[in-house]
Amino acid sequence: GMDAIMLQEKLVERLLCPRVRTARQKEKQYVGFATLPNQVHRKSVKKGFDFTLMVAGESGLGKSTLVNSLFLTDLYKDRKLLNAEERINQTVEIIKHTVDIEEKGVKLKLTIVDTPGFGDAVNNNECWRPITDYIEQQFEQYFRDESGLNRKNIQDNRVHCCLYFIPPFGHGLRPVDVEFMKALHEKVNVVPLIAKSDCLTPNEIKKLKDRVREEIDRFGIKVYQFPECDSDEDEEFKQLDKELKECCPFAVIGSNTVVEARGQRVRGRLYPWGIVEVENQSHCDFVKLRNMLIRSHMHDLKDVTCDVHYENYRAQCIQEMTSKLTQDNRMESPIPILPLATPDVETDRLIKMKDEELARMQEMLNKMQQQIHDGKEQ
Amino acid sequence: MRTASIIATAVPNEIGLIEACFYSPDMSESIIPPEVRPKPAVPAKPPHVVAPSPTAPHGPQGLGGLGGGMGYGGVADRAPGSGHLGGGSTLLGYIGIDTIIEQMRKKTMKAGFDFNIMIVGQSGLGKSTLVNTLFKSQVSRWSSAWGSEFKLPKTVEIKAVSHVIEEGGVKMKLTVIDTPGFGDQINNENCWEPISKYINEQYEKFLKEEVNIARKKRIPDTRVHCCLYFISPTGHSLRQLDIEFMKHLSRMVNIVPVIAKSDTMTPDEKNEFKQRVRKELEVCGIEFYPQKEFDDDMEDKNENDKIREAMPFAVVGSDKEYQVNGKRVLGRKTAWGVIEVENPNHCEFALLRDFLIRTHLQDLKEITHNIHYETYRAKRLNENGGLHPISANDTQESNL
Repeated sequence: GMDAIMLQEKLVERLLCPRVRTARQKEKQYVGFATLPNQVHRKSVKKGFDFTLMVAGESGLGKSTLVNSLFLTDLYKDRKLLNAEERINQTVEIIKHTVDIEEKGVKLKLTIVDTPGFGDAVNNNECWRPITDYIEQQFEQYFRDESGLNRKNIQDNRVHCCLYFIPPFGHGLRPVDVEFMKALHEKVNVVPLIAKSDCLTPNEIKKLKDRVREEIDRFGIKVYQFPECDSDEDEEFKQLDKELKECCPFAVIGSNTVVEARGQRVRGRLYPWGIVEVENQSHCDFVKLRNMLIRSHMHDLKDVTCDVHYENYRAQCIQEMTSKLTQDNRMESPIPILPLATPDVETDRLIKMKDEELARMQEMLNKMQQQIHDGKEQ
Repeated sequence: MRTASIIATAVPNEIGLIEACFYSPDMSESIIPPEVRPKPAVPAKPPHVVAPSPTAPHGPQGLGGLGGGMGYGGVADRAPGSGHLGGGSTLLGYIGIDTIIEQMRKKTMKAGFDFNIMIVGQSGLGKSTLVNTLFKSQVSRWSSAWGSEFKLPKTVEIKAVSHVIEEGGVKMKLTVIDTPGFGDQINNENCWEPISKYINEQYEKFLKEEVNIARKKRIPDTRVHCCLYFISPTGHSLRQLDIEFMKHLSRMVNIVPVIAKSDTMTPDEKNEFKQRVRKELEVCGIEFYPQKEFDDDMEDKNENDKIREAMPFAVVGSDKEYQVNGKRVLGRKTAWGVIEVENPNHCEFALLRDFLIRTHLQDLKEITHNIHYETYRAKRLNENGGLHPISANDTQESNL
């Protein structure tokens, strides 16, 4: 009844504008724009949300299973696993899966960016390069679109969050973990996870988390930070927020199978010595991760991507461009010509188009100038 | 196992391989190694005793499979080829030849014996814990380094730690050779080279001793008898590094692959993974121990076939004990249950232990000596056009 509606409104508020103080709190004469959030809500619900999530880590750490568990999908059912011989010459690939999810009238266009091959070779030098290139390409695309003429239907393919899977078998971060996170922490929100944590005892999990946290500090890795709570949030929210922060990195377990536990059917894993329940908070931090990712911080992840990572990229780009322009003495181009990291066919085509356009304009200009000149002479 | 015609039939098959101890003169195909070292004896058993079952509690039988492992096992598992009468003579009266077994056993027990096991795998796969669990003692290098901060070495190091452990009057000098740093770097190219170098160095050491003019009665054996390779339980398939390592080393040392930390997989996942791994090993031409080509006879082959089908063993190690159903068991305690290391429904640790220690320990040593070492030796001989024996007093660089 009323409670459900209020809860929903509160949820939507958090989704849409967690940091905006609503007009309701100000004592004024009632003007009526207090309904603004609802209007935004309705428009957004119509438009739908989008979210791009990247998963990275060695193969066999349960990434696909976790994604399926998080979004209650089966995105990978047609996947064929390569055997070791087939993988000998495999390089790191970038594969996108897109799925539309609807829940209670709210639509989410979810894109999962997979990175098969990462860390699997014998020599993994710079194996993160294709991944950082991909992230930058999305920034670049957005930059072009933003600076372009037709901005009505810009598609935002920027990566909003990167879940990085740390193996539970080690004693902490390995060299490849450190290097990967450092290569990405200023380009995307990095959320480190401890994968397959059902092979660790509670004590081992605690030790590993402590170690990983300490190493993240020591190596200066800037993982995604949860925003500080507003002082006027309720106690329950503050407490949850505190628990969330203290729990990082999350120790997760995923499952594609449903098992019977304590009289209920739940997502879990059936072992001879017991049943692991994915959504049982005393078994793992899956619920905390899901809540953080989807229910409380999805919007913040997008905000930080737009306001911090993308802006950094853009500023850097513009700086490079202006220095290049002054060097080249080029004609001021309305379309930014950006240095490409790894040009792909689509971008090449775009460049060619623009170049031809420029050439035509230049020719027209020349013709006009010629005509004026001829006219003067006569 | 060399079959030999024996002169007397007073010895029933159960007691063991008396054939190993002496050869009949008209054996045309017996190959006697350069120095006839008496093979360690099997404990003498009266004919009606049944062999210890693999699930026997760890009393004196614990490492007592060693007794079984030393010769050719107890009654049922590795019964030797049937002896037969040579020459057609029948005995009249009891001579007492069978007591040679007891004499040999006493000698070997006095001398004790060596076993060198190498453990290879990425850091954190539970290698040290497993070795400690296997030998029920703190034998890994971590045991002697309490309180030291864990540091990842920048290159592969070889660290050997020896302990003498004793059980049932039998002394074993166990050397555990750890290889920290393997597979832990970003670039792991050729990270197996320090390991193959170490293995060859031990062969070289032994060879030098053998070729000496005045050589020791009992050459100290530092050769690697068994290399336990730890496979990461990804659930998918072997990693490229696994294949590269095993390809390079399976022809110079006995490799026993194990699936580490297997409590991360459900029984179905375990079986699928094992099948995939075995298939990949086959496709890549990697022969792990027990190698098919070294099966001596049908009996060996049958027994080893069964073992090969079950490998690689999916193991879990632990040095902590918990109370389960009124018993104290080695295990790992999680929020959803206790994983019992020695429970065959939970993992295959018991299978690995029995295989490695109770039945195939001696065979591992023999294959190392008769096959891998001989391969190395032959290569060296061919290289230099012959070995020159050097006296022990020779301080110059060897003529090898």
